[in-house]
Amino acid sequence: MAYMEESPPEPTSAGAKLLTLLGRIALAIAIPLIAFFILYQGFLFLRAGDAPKAVITLVAIVWGVGGVAALYWIFNWLVEMMSDDWKARLQPFIFIGPAIAILIWFLALPTVRTLWISLFGRDGPPNQPLSMMFSDPQEYFATFSAAFVGLGNYIAIFTDRLMAEAFRNNLLFWILIGTPLTVAFGLVVAVLADRSKYERVSKSLIFMPMAISFVGAGVIWNFVYEVKPVEFPQIGLLNAIVVALGGQPHAWTAYTDIAPWNNMFLVVILLWLQVGYSMVLFSAAIKGIPEELLEAARVDGANEFQIFFRIMIPYIMGTIITVTTTIVIFSLKIFDVVWVMTGGQFGTEVIATQFYRQSFINRNAGYGSSIAIILLVAVIPVMYYNLRRFREQEGFKR
Amino acid sequence: MKSGKSRKTWGCLFVNGILLVLVLVWFIPTLGVFISSFRERQAIQTTGWWTIFPHQEWVVVETINPKDLGLDPDSPMEVFGVIATFEALRAGVETPDGQQVQWIGNKRLGTIVVQDREWVGFTLNPTLENYAQVLGGKDFEYVSPDGTVEVIPGDDFSNALFNSLAVAIPATVIPILIAAFAAYGFAWMSFPGRRLFFILIVALLVVPLQIALVPILKDFSTLGVNGTYLAMWLAHTGFGLPLAVYLLYNYISTLPRETMESAFIDGASHFTVFIKLVLPLSVPALASFAIFQFLWVWNDYLVALIFLGSNPEYQVVTMQLADIVGSRGQDWHLLTAGAFVSMVVPLAVFFGLQRYFVRGLMAGSVKG
Repeated sequence: MAYMEESPPEPTSAGAKLLTLLGRIALAIAIPLIAFFILYQGFLFLRAGDAPKAVITLVAIVWGVGGVAALYWIFNWLVEMMSDDWKARLQPFIFIGPAIAILIWFLALPTVRTLWISLFGRDGPPNQPLSMMFSDPQEYFATFSAAFVGLGNYIAIFTDRLMAEAFRNNLLFWILIGTPLTVAFGLVVAVLADRSKYERVSKSLIFMPMAISFVGAGVIWNFVYEVKPVEFPQIGLLNAIVVALGGQPHAWTAYTDIAPWNNMFLVVILLWLQVGYSMVLFSAAIKGIPEELLEAARVDGANEFQIFFRIMIPYIMGTIITVTTTIVIFSLKIFDVVWVMTGGQFGTEVIATQFYRQSFINRNAGYGSSIAIILLVAVIPVMYYNLRRFREQEGFKR
Repeated sequence: MKSGKSRKTWGCLFVNGILLVLVLVWFIPTLGVFISSFRERQAIQTTGWWTIFPHQEWVVVETINPKDLGLDPDSPMEVFGVIATFEALRAGVETPDGQQVQWIGNKRLGTIVVQDREWVGFTLNPTLENYAQVLGGKDFEYVSPDGTVEVIPGDDFSNALFNSLAVAIPATVIPILIAAFAAYGFAWMSFPGRRLFFILIVALLVVPLQIALVPILKDFSTLGVNGTYLAMWLAHTGFGLPLAVYLLYNYISTLPRETMESAFIDGASHFTVFIKLVLPLSVPALASFAIFQFLWVWNDYLVALIFLGSNPEYQVVTMQLADIVGSRGQDWHLLTAGAFVSMVVPLAVFFGLQRYFVRGLMAGSVKG
């Protein structure tokens, strides 16, 4: 009975009993209130931001992390004061409640809300109180139908020139070219590294860009692509090589003479960042191939290429599909790199930059939301696959 | 016919050769920025970063006034045994004895230089000036060789670094805490809707976060938290939570049943078991996800742009860097140093905890 809490000594008289009960209730109300008050003061302090930056940072970290931990602790303490019956009923909600609430607030509900907004014009659904529907129905529905455009935004998406460009770039360059290249390079590096004695260091270096932000990668590659007028020495590596080979220097991402292939200079950055990811997963998968299988093939006289295509590839097909799916989803939502490097100019617009431009620069909430819905629709097959796999595994039995 | 051994050597050479090329291609862009961040502003602008390595280049050995040679730039001229037009001389002409003559400047006032091809050794004299400028937030004065003074504004990355820390650390710990509680709840408690809620989480794994930005921005404006750290923590918690719960559930549900049951028999509450038993046992899974989430939050640009964009005081490093790219894209002394300032924390985390990071990647393949 080491973990059992000691029960408090039983009060003797009924009056004393009532007093302790009232005291407990008061405490149960007061402590959360005090906690909320303190947390709110912390919020105000941080929002005002008058203190030195280092202090603010420290307070923010302690306040944020400590606040969440404290809330869990307090609510659990409240529940544990109740009778065993109520405790068993309520405690699960202390544990999973916050997660579910946040998921519903931040992901589940927004899906529906965005779908709803996407049926309206620039300002979204009109902001009028529901009571107005009864007090002044005529006005209410007039405003409503003036803002309602139905599928208008979707029709606009599929007829707009910039959106057509965005779809082309996302599909052709980022998904159909960029993704297979990322997978192929990852596979090649994984196979080569597996046979090299420099496996660790070469994998680490190719993996390193995964720790770099897209903005940082944008700077790195902007520097590679940097162009100077012909008469000056080139400081960008690519143009220096081109000039040394007798070519003309160009601002490659903005080089519209080769449009739309200037997109490839952006796709290269995705490749640079993501090959590390596919390499790591393939590397693990390849190490999982039984040695006897490879040995048997070698004894039968298969050469390395046959082994690669006839044994390795089929064996790690599951991993290839996983990696491909992940990178397709990733490239579908590609934003930062395009935004930082070209801002979507020179024919490099993608779906996510269009989404950002429409929603937050042009302030066209309806149109922007419909683009977000298109992105959602595009990942539904993956969602369906995930759910089916979850059901098949039936991983949810006790 | 080759013997087996030599074939093996060739194969090994082939493998390592291709690998070396790939590694160089992957590493050189970063190396270029890294080296440049220690070069002087003027040097970055005028010569490629690779010129710090030993190489051959044309070095001026003699400067001549064309009038002394009696040259007329309007017709082909003969200099040092070669006949060339003005345009050709401007580009540089090689003489029979291996030198290069070049016309510098315009027709009337230009000079002729004679250059020799010479080896130049390591020429980097490293400076921390760029880092001082990018972190300090002050203006800097440059005195050019001809005496003109140029004022170049610096940048305030130290402020952004603090902001990034204040955003990234809680935005990593909070979702982990919430997800760990939820994962424990799903694994070890029974309650109505348990299966349904978990299906919701699996479904939300791949939902693109773009779907949430417009409505959430509206909510944040209503609540008055736009442009605060709290907004960022909430947003990143929301977007990172499905994966976190999913990963941690997979781990926590495989913890040995007997250990927990004996604790319950001893009268421990769920809370005690969670804090004292499950959290310590789950450290590997927690660490994997923590690195994942930390790198994701630190490197995020879109979410910061939307929820912090209204408040310049609270910019994070990615925004700060993107701002320089946008407004002063030619200031390579700031960009290169700034890029490294923004990378140093994630790179340290990455190289320090690579093993956990890889494990996290394997466990959670798809994130929304």
